Amino acid sequence: MFHALVSIKQVPDTTNIRIDPETNNLIRQGVPTILNPYDAHAVAAAVEWKRKLGGKVTIITMGPPAAVTSLRECIEMGADRGILISARQFAGADTWATSYVLAEVVKAIHEKDPITLLLFGKQAIDGDTAQVGPGVAVRLDLPVVTYAVKIREVNMEEGYVITERKTENRNEVIKSAFPTAITCEKDIAEIPYASLPDLVYSLRYEPEVWTAESPIVFDPAQLGLKGSPTTVFKTGTPEKHTAGEIINAAELGLDETVKTALDKILGVEGMASILGVQK
Amino acid sequence: MTRRFWVYIEQEDGKVHPVAWELLGVARRLADEVNDNAVVEGILVGSHVEDLAQEAIHYGAQTVYMVDDPAFKNYLNKPYTVVLTELVKKYEPEVFLIGATTTGRDLAGSVATSVGTGLTADTTHLAMGDVKDSPKKLLLATRPAFGGNVIATILCRHHSPQMATVRPRVFTTAPRQEDAKGEIVREVIPVTPSMINAEIMEFITNEASSVKLEYADVIVSGGRGLGGPKGFALIKELADELGGVVGSSRACVDAGWIKYDHQVGQTGKTVRPKLYIAAGISGAIQHKVGMQEADFILAINRDPHAPIFDIATMSIVGDLYEVIPAMIKQIRALKEAQHG
Repeated sequence: MFHALVSIKQVPDTTNIRIDPETNNLIRQGVPTILNPYDAHAVAAAVEWKRKLGGKVTIITMGPPAAVTSLRECIEMGADRGILISARQFAGADTWATSYVLAEVVKAIHEKDPITLLLFGKQAIDGDTAQVGPGVAVRLDLPVVTYAVKIREVNMEEGYVITERKTENRNEVIKSAFPTAITCEKDIAEIPYASLPDLVYSLRYEPEVWTAESPIVFDPAQLGLKGSPTTVFKTGTPEKHTAGEIINAAELGLDETVKTALDKILGVEGMASILGVQK
Repeated sequence: MTRRFWVYIEQEDGKVHPVAWELLGVARRLADEVNDNAVVEGILVGSHVEDLAQEAIHYGAQTVYMVDDPAFKNYLNKPYTVVLTELVKKYEPEVFLIGATTTGRDLAGSVATSVGTGLTADTTHLAMGDVKDSPKKLLLATRPAFGGNVIATILCRHHSPQMATVRPRVFTTAPRQEDAKGEIVREVIPVTPSMINAEIMEFITNEASSVKLEYADVIVSGGRGLGGPKGFALIKELADELGGVVGSSRACVDAGWIKYDHQVGQTGKTVRPKLYIAAGISGAIQHKVGMQEADFILAINRDPHAPIFDIATMSIVGDLYEVIPAMIKQIRALKEAQHG
């Protein structure tokens, strides 16, 4: 049976984060949390293939209790089961400690209910590391296809998947056996409209909660801040650049404005030959 | 003991990704900062890549460990991860830098997990610094987070190597020394069946990927102020006139006006062109972190308070649909004058 397991993350909507100009601190208040956009597309791909092949889609997420809302969103899209992995001991985990927990959870689920595809978004928009997917795959010794833009074929009879991934210069078509870990670009699938039954079901859905001790027991030394090889040494705000000259087309007139700008650009040493324009 | 500063020399089809030469320059600086028997070494995997190993020496590698085998002709996650893991275990480098390209990030995350060490992704600043309770200087790996709103410096105290991926174009290319001397060490790592867990069926040339934003000298970018996808025709006209390429803010990519390959910023490409023209881009922090190192930034925006003006070398308050056509006209006139 087709079984897609999708690992998601609830993240602050970084497009809405602002810096307090007085204190230079991050204003977290009022910043909405959202399902990481790339993860939403990974869920969409899982649901799309479930609709073609039958089977089911399971969602896991490690995070605070509030992450339930993101799990519900996945159920609304058509996922069948949601698991919230939540405990104080998990807090402060870097990508290494996070991939330890997720790998153990994936292993436990796979033993009872074999997984066909293990999907992730290509990265989370708060950390942008893109490390958790490959990390989990390596821990479980699974083939991993990162930056996937298309799942071409899922062959249940022969047990393989054909995925198209995007690199800097070309796309690669890769064939690998089940279960394969795939990290998804947005192109992987369109977000589906929720069906009414899924919508209604999701509103009351209460996901299972897995803790540090139950139903599986984690090694405490590998959890959270304590289990993280990397630590934050210091944080700050990006250095400020100084503003240059500002000219106004309405005051200076269009032609004069453009001429002033071009004069300044072409006045930079070497610029004229780069642009193929001589003054 | 020799302190090894490693750089992964990423190659595809016999061509080295230029970020490798940037990293050799960075590694040299870091090695000089500890100034204690520190060496800069390159790691190269591929098939028929000896010329590339020699090239790495010209760019500053004192030794290149090379795995040259037809089995490793094309990048695949597992075999390359196994190779790098073996080499790390054998030589125990102190620092290992890898370009934050798609391949580099795929590989670095896997190698760090497999070796059992920490990795800092997408760094934009690197230094060796004194840290309380540490007998030797540690790698201070700095990176933007939360969409570029915060800059965080990350340490990997108790695990080795200290690994980081580094964004292309954040650092300048190391100078090429014609008479540089170095050693190429051939490493043989047998290919076992357990290393092969995926196969490449085919390659598809991706036309959009031919957008060479990262290394372009001139970039003309459009933002939400274009009002729609058609605005990019005007952006392209100006870019063509200046011999540049088209860039975009995230807003336009999210709206589906232009492909992701054009996106400049935290979740797109970091660029450092000689000239960057930002038209109708308000200047969200996530965009600025990707282009603020341009030599000359010209911003065009109707809003006199657009944040992009804070970092622009010159800013024009005006309608881009008036300013850009006037600019194209004046450039053409200048070109005609020089030919006539």
